[in-house]
Amino acid sequence: MEIPTIVGAGLIVIGAGLGIGRIGGSAMDAIARQPEASGKIQTAMLIAAALIEGIGFAALFAS
Amino acid sequence: MVISNKPLRFIVATLIACLPLISFANPEVDTVKVKTEVAHDAAEGAHAEPTDVKSKIKAFINHHLLDAHDFTFNVDEATGVHNGFSLPIILWDNGLQVFSSSKFHHGEETAEHNGNFYVLHHEKIYKTDASGTLIEEHGHPTNAAPLDLSITKSVIGILGIALLMFVLFTGLAKSYGKNNGIASGAGRFFEPLVLYIRDEIAIPNIGEKGYKKYMSYLLTIFFFIFFLNILGLTPLGFNVTGNIAITASLALLTYLITTFTANKNYWAHIFWMPGVPTPMKFILAPIELLGTIIKPFSLMIRLYANILAGHVVLMSIIGLMFIFKSWIGSTLSFGLAFALSILEILVAFLQAYIFTMLSALYFGAGNEEHHHEEAH
Repeated sequence: MEIPTIVGAGLIVIGAGLGIGRIGGSAMDAIARQPEASGKIQTAMLIAAALIEGIGFAALFAS
Repeated sequence: MVISNKPLRFIVATLIACLPLISFANPEVDTVKVKTEVAHDAAEGAHAEPTDVKSKIKAFINHHLLDAHDFTFNVDEATGVHNGFSLPIILWDNGLQVFSSSKFHHGEETAEHNGNFYVLHHEKIYKTDASGTLIEEHGHPTNAAPLDLSITKSVIGILGIALLMFVLFTGLAKSYGKNNGIASGAGRFFEPLVLYIRDEIAIPNIGEKGYKKYMSYLLTIFFFIFFLNILGLTPLGFNVTGNIAITASLALLTYLITTFTANKNYWAHIFWMPGVPTPMKFILAPIELLGTIIKPFSLMIRLYANILAGHVVLMSIIGLMFIFKSWIGSTLSFGLAFALSILEILVAFLQAYIFTMLSALYFGAGNEEHHHEEAH
């Protein structure tokens, strides 16, 4: 049985969503612990989220 | 009730935020006509113009996402009149062929110039004969396509933004000399952003020593992407940064600058990774080499997909108005489109920031000095 590529794309998007959720949650934790470092944490969070987002979009276009 | 301490500023901000709401509200049709047309169309078979509301909205969105050879503000459904203006078509086909896009009549007719016939098919120009036949194979025309150097709608957008940036930032630079080192004029509004890019993006990522030679590129690319993203949210209906050719060119520039300004440590880390066992070096070299290509590729995809997805979602939500045809649909669509427009302004800034940030990160990686020897 052939699995359509769109199912794979969906799986990757679920993974990317979980990843970005984890990054966001961890950044919240970190900011709550050290509010004075929030600027640096936000920058690092955005970069990591952007990298994962790239994979998600690549999956969407591959499908 | 006090909404804001600064009423004028609040009103202006609200008006600007509402601008995207009126941008794509074109595909209006009355119900009775559509129903009869659907029945008529089904009898006629395929290859007809889409007439039901859903496929009309889909066709409208697809048309918006492509570059256009003429500048159309809106189309009157009843009379078929296009409000807008024509743009010059420049083709390289046995010499330079220049004529106005009005000859195409918005893709409905074959254009004749210097004895050659051209036809517009999904915003691509093909050579054809006097009757305008296209030989199709697997849905794609196989006719010869001349090299298209036209001033299209996207090119108009890019030229406009380039001119705006030139005027704004030369004004800003000159005002420092005239006004004792204090910025003045319209460019003053962008001074904090310029400083932000220098202090928060360039210096931490590239380093105090070599950041200056990259500043011109980083500033240009940031404001270029930012202004074009914002232009995409105005009612003019531009889609420049949501075009993969544009983002590919921008990513290629970042790749070329990284490659040609990198020092020997960068190349050593790619081809002969220090501090790992020799067999591993042979495995790591192709992976690292592939990585240098994947980095600009992901830059290209990220910007393109974000802006494209934003446009599609925003237009689909506005399209709900014409599908529901009741007060619920309009209210829902208005509220969602308003919220999404605000989000899109954030995305416009964020994507420009991410592109600049990652470019700076790659330049910094190419210029790293050989310091943490024992860390490997």
